[in-house]
Amino acid sequence: MKSSNLVFHEQDVLHNLKHYLPAQAPLKDFIHHNTLHAFQDMKFDKAIHTASEIFGYKVCLSLFEYRDLFRKGQIREDVLENVLKHKKPGKQLAVWRENLLYKEYNIEKSARIGQLRSIWKKDYYIDLDLIVHPLLYRIICSYLDQGISIWKFPVLNQGFLSSIREMERNTFASFFKTQRARGLLFNGQCELKELLHILVGDEKLYSQYLFDQQFTHPGWSGMVSFLEDSPDSLIDKKSISLKELITFELLLEIDAMDSKFGQTWAPLCTRVGKITGLFEKVMETEHTEVLSLWQEAYEWSYYDQVLAGVKKSQSLKKENGNAEVPSFQALLCIDDRECSLRRYLEKNDPKCQTFGTPGFFGVEFYYKPEHGNSVTKQCPAPVTPGYLIKEVGTKKKNEKEVHFSKHPDTLFRGLLISQTLGFWSALKLAISIFRPSISPATSSSFRHMDEFSRLTIENESPEDIENGLQVGFTIEEMTLRVEGLLRSIGLIHHFAPVIYVVAHGSTSVNNTHYAGYDCGACSGRPGSVNARVISYMANHPKVRENLRHKGIIIPEETQFAGCLHDTTRDDITFYDEKNLSPQNSAMHREHKMTFQKALDFNARERSRRFEAIDTSLPPEEIHEKVRRRSVSLFEPRPELNHATNALCFVGRRNLTNNLFLDRRSFLNSYDYQIDPEGKYLTNILNAVAPVCGGINLEYYFSRVDNHKLGAGTKLAHNVMGLFGVANGIDGDLRPGLPSQMVEVHDPIRLMVIVEHYPEVVLETIQRNPATFQWFMNDWIHLTVVHPETTGFHVFRNGIFHIYEPLLSQVNVISDISDLLVTNQENFPVYLIQ
Amino acid sequence: MNYILLFFILLPVLGFLISLLVPKEKESLLSGIAFSTAGLQFNGFVIFFLYWMYHQHPALNLNSITLFESREYVFYLDFYFDKISAVYLFVGAFLTFLVTIYSRYYLHRESGYKRFFNTVLFFYSGYNIAVLSGNFETLFIGWEVLGISSFLLIAFYRDRYLPVKNAIKVFSVYRIGDVGMILAMWASHHLWHENITFMKLNNFELVHEHLASHSLTGVFISVMILITAATKSAQLPFSSWLPRAMEGPTPSSAIFYGSLSVHLGVFLMMRTFPFWNHQLSVRILIALMGLSTSLIASVIGRVQSSVKSKIAYASIAQIGLIFIEIAMGFENLALLHFAGNAFLRTYQLLVSPSVVSYLIREQFYHYVPRQHTIEDSFPKKIEYTIYLLSIKEWNLDSVMNYLIWKPLKNIGRKLNFLTISRLVSIFIPAYLLGLFILFKSDTIRPEIAEYLPYPFSLIGLVMVLKSFSERKRPRLSWLLIIMNHLWVVLAISFNEHFQPEEAAFYLSGVLVSGVIGYVCITKLKSKEKEYSLNQFYGHSYEHPGLALVFLMACLGLMAFPITPTFIGEDLIFSHIHENQLVLAFFTALSFVVDGISVIRIYARLFLGPHVKTYHEIPYKSA
Repeated sequence: MKSSNLVFHEQDVLHNLKHYLPAQAPLKDFIHHNTLHAFQDMKFDKAIHTASEIFGYKVCLSLFEYRDLFRKGQIREDVLENVLKHKKPGKQLAVWRENLLYKEYNIEKSARIGQLRSIWKKDYYIDLDLIVHPLLYRIICSYLDQGISIWKFPVLNQGFLSSIREMERNTFASFFKTQRARGLLFNGQCELKELLHILVGDEKLYSQYLFDQQFTHPGWSGMVSFLEDSPDSLIDKKSISLKELITFELLLEIDAMDSKFGQTWAPLCTRVGKITGLFEKVMETEHTEVLSLWQEAYEWSYYDQVLAGVKKSQSLKKENGNAEVPSFQALLCIDDRECSLRRYLEKNDPKCQTFGTPGFFGVEFYYKPEHGNSVTKQCPAPVTPGYLIKEVGTKKKNEKEVHFSKHPDTLFRGLLISQTLGFWSALKLAISIFRPSISPATSSSFRHMDEFSRLTIENESPEDIENGLQVGFTIEEMTLRVEGLLRSIGLIHHFAPVIYVVAHGSTSVNNTHYAGYDCGACSGRPGSVNARVISYMANHPKVRENLRHKGIIIPEETQFAGCLHDTTRDDITFYDEKNLSPQNSAMHREHKMTFQKALDFNARERSRRFEAIDTSLPPEEIHEKVRRRSVSLFEPRPELNHATNALCFVGRRNLTNNLFLDRRSFLNSYDYQIDPEGKYLTNILNAVAPVCGGINLEYYFSRVDNHKLGAGTKLAHNVMGLFGVANGIDGDLRPGLPSQMVEVHDPIRLMVIVEHYPEVVLETIQRNPATFQWFMNDWIHLTVVHPETTGFHVFRNGIFHIYEPLLSQVNVISDISDLLVTNQENFPVYLIQ
Repeated sequence: MNYILLFFILLPVLGFLISLLVPKEKESLLSGIAFSTAGLQFNGFVIFFLYWMYHQHPALNLNSITLFESREYVFYLDFYFDKISAVYLFVGAFLTFLVTIYSRYYLHRESGYKRFFNTVLFFYSGYNIAVLSGNFETLFIGWEVLGISSFLLIAFYRDRYLPVKNAIKVFSVYRIGDVGMILAMWASHHLWHENITFMKLNNFELVHEHLASHSLTGVFISVMILITAATKSAQLPFSSWLPRAMEGPTPSSAIFYGSLSVHLGVFLMMRTFPFWNHQLSVRILIALMGLSTSLIASVIGRVQSSVKSKIAYASIAQIGLIFIEIAMGFENLALLHFAGNAFLRTYQLLVSPSVVSYLIREQFYHYVPRQHTIEDSFPKKIEYTIYLLSIKEWNLDSVMNYLIWKPLKNIGRKLNFLTISRLVSIFIPAYLLGLFILFKSDTIRPEIAEYLPYPFSLIGLVMVLKSFSERKRPRLSWLLIIMNHLWVVLAISFNEHFQPEEAAFYLSGVLVSGVIGYVCITKLKSKEKEYSLNQFYGHSYEHPGLALVFLMACLGLMAFPITPTFIGEDLIFSHIHENQLVLAFFTALSFVVDGISVIRIYARLFLGPHVKTYHEIPYKSA
């Protein structure tokens, strides 16, 4: 990292660059991750301000915004005092209070990145980026293109640069305007050192120059860097490396310089004065410290009321473990969007029980739809499954849409089409505006798997292997997974007759970020296959038999049933209903009504944030509008996805079931009593940290700097090569989230609240260094609820500290219906009684 | 029946004016005004259309308002309605209606919600004026409105670099089209000795009689019209602006650059068809341009890997074909083709974000590693060459740069010795000398006086070129533009008929807006340290009000139809003699560069990424 003063080591610099560049996958594999992952080895506060100093990002709200929140009461005074008391005790307190509230700071931001290369413009009067970028982007995009262009990049040799070379060799035109760059492409190895020697001249500056250069277009560089490491994420595979991109860019820069100055210009180093190394130590300033204090006060203003609510809720209800058999049980995804649905299910049928768990339900595999050419991963991104599930016996066909085919864009067919289909387009446009309906353009979660297909879940023989993947699971493998799932959520007795496994996905149209709306635990796909797979496993008599030996006795009449909840439309599909026994079938019909009603109310609760829908209408009517919204071309917010997420509960349902959390919490069911050593907790937290923490931080950073860390407004986005979006036709790729997804999000970090003994949790999180880093460096807050004392223990700097909520009263409400129509803003925590 | 046309002109203008008054928080009211305007226009049109058809669809002409009249010059607005207007009016109203409803939801919570609907209605007003215009003057009003509203729509995301840069680029190309239009108007004044109406162009005998004796003038006018049409419809060599215009919110790109705006060149050609109908050379030229455009744009389109640029080039290629159809005289086919192409491209652009999920799913099931395309059968070297050229858009963008903008800038740079003090000390006395000569002009020998307009108009041109290339001092740049107008007036004054009242009429707009603009810049300077013309400063972030006032001043100074200067400009040209082509060219060039220079000052000072970094600033590459 401190390579700026040393000699240039190509490998190190490239490695370093890849580390800092955005690591976002192509659109189809969009997965949330911490935008500033490169700084995760530092404490959060230090990390973000370091990143800000180096790269010029805005990393938290501005002083003005914090003070405004304070004025509005969204940052509470008592919390602020409490924060100051801990961080700035004694005499300093008054000074710092003054600083926070009134002192003026120079809030102009300067970035270290870009300083060196700015000399081109200042001293050479040349805007290299303006000359080089448009062509560079277009060539990279055409090379990587996945299917937009009709005439594809004609040469695909062993890589990007050799394709360029091959093309340059056989053409009357040229990529270059001058001879030297052309010669450099052909001769020699095109070592970066050699090219940098011409441009920069001083080896000490090479690394900084490359950082400057690549961070003028972090989107493209990040994509190339990602594809270098995971070429499989493109269907039409292309080989490219960051080094090739840099080489080509350097050549184009030399070409641009030569074309303006001839070959006689002096390299950049001759004009360099004093310059700060990119990674020199960043000093904390009073201003950044003030911001950190504000951020903490902001976050705790929310956490404090949540903890107060939990405390209140626990004091209400002491008896749990009701002996009665529940009417049905439902396993839903940990996802914050399922938080309210669970509340409504429990409200409509007080005898039912709901659970939360990561939506791949503990079964990891690749899924291959019938007639599919490739496979999709159905588990969290870091996991590499060894199994394959195939879909067979489908009935549906894919509909086609001529507007997306290449025909209208070719000359002669275009002639015919524009005179015929053109008028059809006018009609379609009118229909899609006045009567939006599902069309081939829609990305629908229900298309992921045919409802009536069969899946190859059970492994027939060990030799049944496709592309190195075992087809299906053996009985032992099934047992292991079912047991793991049930124990991790604490469901090992009191089984209801029907247990629904509810996966989720989403439906949207005109949405390039559709993968980000599906299940994060299924690598950005709907979880429908997982729900059916785990249900099949849990229903398997031999698996039940094995489970019995392990002490989990599932009554014979109990049946698991997979379903898919569409979080955008609030629709649900039940799979394999015909397999239900007659008694269960009868009950199922009633439960279906419960689900239906809960979904209507869920849609209503969501609608309060939608400007176009009147929340005071009857729920069924609102639900219809919500459905329509999901297929409307003109609706940039089909749903609000994870916006406002702030919490993650890991514990029994009675921690939260009396609380109105306003869909802001991930909920993972967990019973500490059956996991005294925290074995299952380890697994849960290993998933919660990167998945929920990743979602939370991506929203955080996209919200605080939507220009540099987010994707900006999506209204102007142009799809590049099917793998990314850019503004206009000459822009850089825009990783991160569009403003429409994050505008209502409050940028606060995730608070994970675990129910267990502090010492067990401490030991648990230390088992995996990667997970521990999230907590230790404050990228996620952690609070433990002591199961016996019900006291709170907050994790700070490696130690648990007791925390007593400042708020003694929590708002109480009997029915949230009236509340919902009041406003669109975030609600405080309510106790539902 | 003629007066009903006014309804279709006034309704959008009214809608636009009302929308200006609505506070920006009232989202639904703003969009409501927009879609009711377009909806009312659409319904009104359908009723009118049936009525019109019932009455044997006569061509309607409405000579409505005379705006200026002097002894031998009349400026009047004229409206005309026939089959071509009907189709354009219909397509325009239909698409605007649908797209405004679409945008009502799509733009929800976008910070420029009001700006967007204002601009759309402004654009729509200009569109209707253009397609209903009955003479070149009226058409030119619509044309200018389209130009400026296009600039505002492309630069809608004014805090980013690329939209602003591209908006200036597109505006500049439009301005080139304006030279064509101005010169065509100038020549046709001399050809007809009046502001000819399109109605009269249909009179074969009349046209034939005039052209018989002035065939060269006829060709000149036709070529100028063709240049104007080619710029608007992105034909060669101007094509590269169209994909770059796709910077605003997708619906605005869809309706304007996908459909309405880009087909106005087609409209102009159809409108003037009776004029060049019998000039075979012109028809061949049009067809050749259409053919080369459709061939080149379609290969460029084939290699585009971003969805919007692909649609843009596909659309250009079809418009090339439409030009051929027009040249061959297939008017109905061309109209059909226009409507189909407009609908198709609008829809394609509106659903363009869906292309990801659709094509990815399609590939998932039907992926074939490499499809054979026609180019694979070319010899390798030819294949690579064409591919590479197409990726570089056949250098269209850089050619424009090298042929037009670079030389202009270079001339301007040569004038760097001009400082404010030198300007004052050299050119004010020179101007006074000019005035002196003017008053004593009867004492000067006529053969000398005849040549005097040239040096003066050249000085005027030098002023504006310097203004255009000035990098540091906005006020200097601004003053130079005002001075340019003064020199132009002086130059024309040597052409005997120009009356002082006419000069005053012309200069009134220039001076008022000149002073307002100067005050705005001075005010900005007093508030902001960072200020020059060397980069974008984005000061509209802190001074949106000042930016708006300054924009108005800019419009005035570039002779936009909100001040008498607009008519004065036409007036000036009516005083340039038929044989003074060079003078006409200098003056036209002055006007064009004026406009670009003014917009550049506005953009540099008020648009682009904000120079202050206390809030989120986009990357320059965004």
